[in-house]
Amino acid sequence: MRPQTAALSEAQVWAWLDDVPDPEIPVISVVDLGVVRDVSVLDTAVTVTITPTYSGCPAMSVIAMDIETALAKQGVTDVQLKTQIAPAWTTDWLSDKGRARLEDYGIAPPQPAGGPTRCPHCHSDAVEKVSQFGSTPCKAQWRCTDCLEPFDYFKCI
Amino acid sequence: MNHLFEFLLRQGDNALVLGHRTSEWCGVAPALEEDIALANTALDLIGQTQLWLGYAAEVEGEGRTANDLAFRRDAYDFRNMLMVEVPNEDFGRTLMRQFFFDAFQVPWLDALQTSSDQRVAEIAAKSLKEAKYHIARSAETVIALGDGTEDSNARMQAALAYLWPYTGEVFVDDDVDRAMADQGVAPLPSTLRGQWTATVTETLTNANLVQPESGFAHAGGRSGKRHTEHLGHMLATMQTLQRSYPGAVW
Ligand SMILES: [Zn+2]
Repeated sequence: MRPQTAALSEAQVWAWLDDVPDPEIPVISVVDLGVVRDVSVLDTAVTVTITPTYSGCPAMSVIAMDIETALAKQGVTDVQLKTQIAPAWTTDWLSDKGRARLEDYGIAPPQPAGGPTRCPHCHSDAVEKVSQFGSTPCKAQWRCTDCLEPFDYFKCI
Repeated sequence: MNHLFEFLLRQGDNALVLGHRTSEWCGVAPALEEDIALANTALDLIGQTQLWLGYAAEVEGEGRTANDLAFRRDAYDFRNMLMVEVPNEDFGRTLMRQFFFDAFQVPWLDALQTSSDQRVAEIAAKSLKEAKYHIARSAETVIALGDGTEDSNARMQAALAYLWPYTGEVFVDDDVDRAMADQGVAPLPSTLRGQWTATVTETLTNANLVQPESGFAHAGGRSGKRHTEHLGHMLATMQTLQRSYPGAVW
């Protein structure tokens, strides 16, 4: 537990938030995902601004709760969460670290061309779409025609 | 009449009613991939509903919430276009309707991004990304089914015949539309008809489907004056919890 007297920096809060896993894809953090848009600190009060990935994403309320819990563990209890929808979330905000971790985890990272460049398992470029949608709002289903494994593709929006 | 409130109800109710109809496929779609796609589409629409009706409730200023508007209004208070409330019937009609809706939503939301109302512009920008993703699938599926087997082509042609008279309602401007256009909140819907028709004609041609020639259009949903008999039945299911236990919370 951090002593309440120590000065709190925004960089420190960002670092803590980078340890909060995305509830649906726990290998990346909520910071990697790009949903944390702003952190501001005033004395011991912290304001975190988040933006939804998809307007109906059910993970957003869990993300908000996880952020509050993570900060509380660090002794920060004066937390205000703000939600903004503009500018609209884009997969361009995924961090490079997050993109690499997605692929290691078996999820092909988003590509501007609209489909995965290679299979996250065997790296073959022989891939085909199974469905434009997947197990969560942010993913589509693809399959590799070399190793024959299905995989998730992180939709590019 | 609070024109902005009415306008926001129309946006929210279109998304809500179509979102609920689409969610009726959850667990019973023809294939697992389609089940997931339909559920995700419904989820996007319900998310958009929260944004539109949330803002509508603020504009109304009578202490109601998005949930109150969704679950505690009667059919005659709904302002959705009739097309979204008619039953799914089959997978073909469901996707044909989704395509007709998307073909309107994409240019409509695109135009709303430059609304004089900042909140409308923000919600539109967010929703547009989802609508563009939806139309990629709905147009592709209309073509695949229209240009598929004899049976799938016949079902799509039947869906087209059924839905066509419901497609015109949205392009008939009324006082709410004119007030929104005067304030720079939204363009007149009639100005989008050309773009919608071009999109629809191209896709139906690629789908080997014959576009009906009739210009007759059912009306009464957007004004709330005359909904179909189907909306009340749908609301009876959708609203049952809040009707049985008013004010119940999670
Ligand atoms: Zn592979």
